[in-house]
Amino acid sequence: MINIVYRLKSPKFFEESIDEIELDGVIVRPTYLSICQADQRYYQGSRPAEVLEKKLPMALIHEGIGEVVYDSDGNFKSGDQVVMIPNTPFGEDVCRANYSYNSKFRGSGFDGFTSDLIKLESDRVVKIPEDFNPHVAAFIELISVAYQGISKFDELAITPKDALGVWGDGNLGFITALLLKEKFPDSKVYIFGKHLDNLNLFSFADGIYQIHNVPADLVIDHAFECVGSSASQSAIEQIINLINPQGIINLFGVSEYPIPINTRMVLEKGLTIQGNSRSEREDFVGVVETLKQNPKLFEYLEKLVTNTCEIHSLNDLKEAFDKDYISNFGKTILIWKK
Amino acid sequence: MIFAAILAGGIGSRMGGTDIPKQFLTLGDKPVIVHTIEKFVINEKIDKIIVLTPENFINHTIHLIEKHIPNANDVIVIEGGETRNDTLMNSIEYIKENFGIDDESIIITHDSVRPFVTHRIIEDNIQAARKYGACDTVVPATDTIVESINGETIESIPVRDYYYQGQTPQSFNVNKLFNLITSLTEEESNILTDACKIFTLKDEDVHLVDGEVTNIKITYPYDLKLANTILEDIHD
Repeated sequence: MINIVYRLKSPKFFEESIDEIELDGVIVRPTYLSICQADQRYYQGSRPAEVLEKKLPMALIHEGIGEVVYDSDGNFKSGDQVVMIPNTPFGEDVCRANYSYNSKFRGSGFDGFTSDLIKLESDRVVKIPEDFNPHVAAFIELISVAYQGISKFDELAITPKDALGVWGDGNLGFITALLLKEKFPDSKVYIFGKHLDNLNLFSFADGIYQIHNVPADLVIDHAFECVGSSASQSAIEQIINLINPQGIINLFGVSEYPIPINTRMVLEKGLTIQGNSRSEREDFVGVVETLKQNPKLFEYLEKLVTNTCEIHSLNDLKEAFDKDYISNFGKTILIWKK
Repeated sequence: MIFAAILAGGIGSRMGGTDIPKQFLTLGDKPVIVHTIEKFVINEKIDKIIVLTPENFINHTIHLIEKHIPNANDVIVIEGGETRNDTLMNSIEYIKENFGIDDESIIITHDSVRPFVTHRIIEDNIQAARKYGACDTVVPATDTIVESINGETIESIPVRDYYYQGQTPQSFNVNKLFNLITSLTEEESNILTDACKIFTLKDEDVHLVDGEVTNIKITYPYDLKLANTILEDIHD
């Protein structure tokens, strides 16, 4: 079947294009989408020129929910609300599918969600309850990234989890801190950030600290770095200084630049550094279950919704990306009407 | 109930160089009409899809649907009429004879030669027809519109902001459409080739639905060539 896809042709320039999809899977109409930093880096053209040349034109956006239109296998009903999984494995691998070279990722290796319809395999959609706040459900993918990192950390950690430190006062820092509080209610969760206005929103945390003003006697057992870019360097440096021996440093922040790390202290403290990227089906299912059981989480997560834009045209899409770019906190949600 | 009428009655006099109606020519690896019907088959809100073709293409159309579209149980192929209004009337009469229609029932009418119609456009048509009783799918006019009566000199140049280009679908409350068409005199019927025009002439509101620039009509050989080029592009 013919499908219309809205692709980024070159930085800041979207175009309509024609695609074809087979009627042999689940066909979803996107409803609420959410802009990620990774989308913004393509839109702004801040990825290296050779990456842009290789990947564009491509539809952006890998965070979103939609409504099932058609399912050839009948597992889903027309009208079912689903969250879409952007990671798409091609073949088996010994590692998790979100780290497999055999996987492709929407909005990175192939088209993202900005299209009239999206065809996915049955296991690439997870049903969500009708009463989920769609503005929050739009970024379940981002929540699932934090969820999978925390799950891996839980399996790996051998020392106590009394004090957990989250670096970064942005969206991912907020979500990670919130999930940590949920999963480890007896642990103290401390937030380390630069912007006091953002830090003040972490009212559920046990302590908030501006990075230049950390008490001299403060130590943590494990750390979650949600900073990214060149600022990761100073965050990791501070983590290494504050973390107890044999702690785990969970890295989430993406940087376009290589980040120097004080390996001497990593060795001396016997630290483990764990990288985190993307997520898989079990993480989406885990997040949906967590949200079902703790609907109060929506109240906190709603705070992250700072822009809501109805998209009727490619110009609306462009304006939404521009608006998102100048926001220093929160998520831009696209109500997809195109 | 929600009905779709795929209007494939035309014999394609503008296409040139071929005796096969344009809706049966190949776009990518399937006939144009198959692409169009698929868009309606996947929409489970639509109860019945009535495809109206020239009499000698009915069996051919049925075979094409069987061959290309799985689960097309709700598709019915019947004969179209001489004119667009006749074709439309055939679909309404078929509905009246075979289904109990109520005042809520709507019909989405669509050109079989617009295979690029989107799911969103069809959904918006359903909503607008239910709410307002009639709607037309349009895009803002991009070229300057020039009016000339004699075909030699300009009579006027209207303000472009007020002008739109009509696409399809056009969707209507079935009973309302039936009553209006049957109220036309023969003379009116010959002039009113567009169902939305019937509504406006009878002082009935027709709501606008946003179309898409990609929702092109395959009218001329150039259109088919262009559409095929776009599709080939994605197969490379």
